[in-house]
Amino acid sequence: MREQLSFRVFRWLVLVPLGLFAVVPLYVMLTSALKPLRDVQGDFQWWPKNLTLRPFIDMWSTVPLAQYFVNSLIVTTAATVCSVVIAVFAAYAVSRYRFRGRGTFAGVILSTQMFPGVLFLLPLFIIFVNIDNALGFTFLYQTRVGLVVTYLTFTLPFSVWMLASYFDGIPRDLDECARVDGTSALGALFRIILPTARPGVIAVAVYSFMTAWGEILFASQLTNSDSRTLAVGLQSYATENNVYWNQVMAAALVVSVPIVAGFLLLQRYLVAGLTAGAVK
Amino acid sequence: MAVTLPGPHTPTSVAGTTSPDPTPSRRRRFTWARSTPYLLIAPAIAFELLVHVIPMLVGIFMSLIQLTQFYVTNWSAAPFTGIGNYRVALDFSGPLGQQLARSFGITLGFTVLVVGISFGFGTSASLVLQRVVRGRGPLRTLFLIPYALPAYAGIITWKFMLQRDNGLLNQLLVDDLHLAHGRPFWLIGGNAFVSLVVVSVWQQWPFAFLMTMAGMQVIPEDVYQAAAIDGASTWQQVRHITLRMMRPVNAVLVLLLFLWTFREFNTPYVLFGPTPPESADLLTVHIYASSFITWNFGLGSAMSVLLMLFLIVVAGLWALWNRRVNRDA
Repeated sequence: MREQLSFRVFRWLVLVPLGLFAVVPLYVMLTSALKPLRDVQGDFQWWPKNLTLRPFIDMWSTVPLAQYFVNSLIVTTAATVCSVVIAVFAAYAVSRYRFRGRGTFAGVILSTQMFPGVLFLLPLFIIFVNIDNALGFTFLYQTRVGLVVTYLTFTLPFSVWMLASYFDGIPRDLDECARVDGTSALGALFRIILPTARPGVIAVAVYSFMTAWGEILFASQLTNSDSRTLAVGLQSYATENNVYWNQVMAAALVVSVPIVAGFLLLQRYLVAGLTAGAVK
Repeated sequence: MAVTLPGPHTPTSVAGTTSPDPTPSRRRRFTWARSTPYLLIAPAIAFELLVHVIPMLVGIFMSLIQLTQFYVTNWSAAPFTGIGNYRVALDFSGPLGQQLARSFGITLGFTVLVVGISFGFGTSASLVLQRVVRGRGPLRTLFLIPYALPAYAGIITWKFMLQRDNGLLNQLLVDDLHLAHGRPFWLIGGNAFVSLVVVSVWQQWPFAFLMTMAGMQVIPEDVYQAAAIDGASTWQQVRHITLRMMRPVNAVLVLLLFLWTFREFNTPYVLFGPTPPESADLLTVHIYASSFITWNFGLGSAMSVLLMLFLIVVAGLWALWNRRVNRDA
């Protein structure tokens, strides 16, 4: 189809600035991570004059980055697994059963998305302390367990909603046949529905992982020096007298690589899943 | 909310068809088949109660007591003040009320700008890429990377770029282009607001792009062909077909962007730390600071409740408006 010249000009006027806008910070992150310290302390250099890999070595000793990394990895993986498992069961109930309270459940779960985090951050803090006091040992307050419990709920509403719509797209005949053949409800879920809905499950898992990996507000109050995650730990480079910007950029790059790589590999599923709800 | 939960296609459920109740007794007795859905949603309910619902109720209760630093270790002893905290928060002649009102104004301005610009960027990029085949995949990937990046990694990079003495922005504006003199500060003073908007747009607009792009893909190609045969220019097609058919998607998108942006916390917190400059004092950071820095949790909770009520009112008005638009259409 022929497009007018003005539209083609418009295309370049949109794509070039937006491309630069998206790419310049990524370029800064990459090149600054390869500069020696004195080169990031003086005037900004568009082209790095001296290249070094030192920041990628030094960043581990300036702050306990490895520990933050391990904490983030444990918390995020556990939260993702729990969130996806719980969401799969709930979505199966919502998609395949009519039960009393179904609408209420759906409404409440979606409306929790509206609460501002600061409103329940402090009460959560107090509830965790009280549960720990009742148990007699530190279980939830400023521990990785507490953070896992918190994070897994952040993505539950969206995951339940998205998986339920995914399950709805799977013909009911499939699992009804299995049920007639004597499979239990859970058997139908695990043998028929889950294998068919794998793209949806992957999308939900990627989304949960990204959300938990990047969360800052709750990480800033619900962790201590032992359970600190990358979200808070990365800022400790900047609170010292000397800001090691090259190391900060190297660390930012390293913590982003697993996420961006996962996103790029699975973006097809994620994009389809994220947009299915609004577009349908 | 416009988002409704997908429902079963048929009114009879799997459980109903495969295991009809063998005992038609008047009192419904417990059976595993009937309780299956409840068992399935029980874990989700338990965690939502623990992390969202109960803390929210506790938060509402806390907004009604005078929970200051004197009572924080023994908060059950804090005196009950009823709407006292709300009165302080909404007393716009007092210093705390004035700060809250200013913070609300800043947040509203920030939200309108970020949502508007992000929406404009996203829609423009989707429009010009809609019928491009070559190079669309890599461009889409590039545009989405800022969205995939962990928030703190992207924001901390911006913080480096916005440094006064060794940042990229001053190098570009002052030393390379000579547009400004004397190296302005970007992270303190009035410029902090501009920085906040730019960084937030950088993170938000890819989501608008993602949604609008998906929405435009489902517009059938033959509508455009028919319009082209009738002599409609590209711009007319954009205006009368694309933008018109995108209205439902755009309505949901703008609401989501508004709700998220209005309670944005990450950007100001990473850019400026827990106490931002006055010009960038967004509501969530303002509440965070009054709770965790000045230890006035009662007032902080009251302000959080007010913030939540505002968002509920916005979502409610949106739902009413959306229903009327759909009915008239």
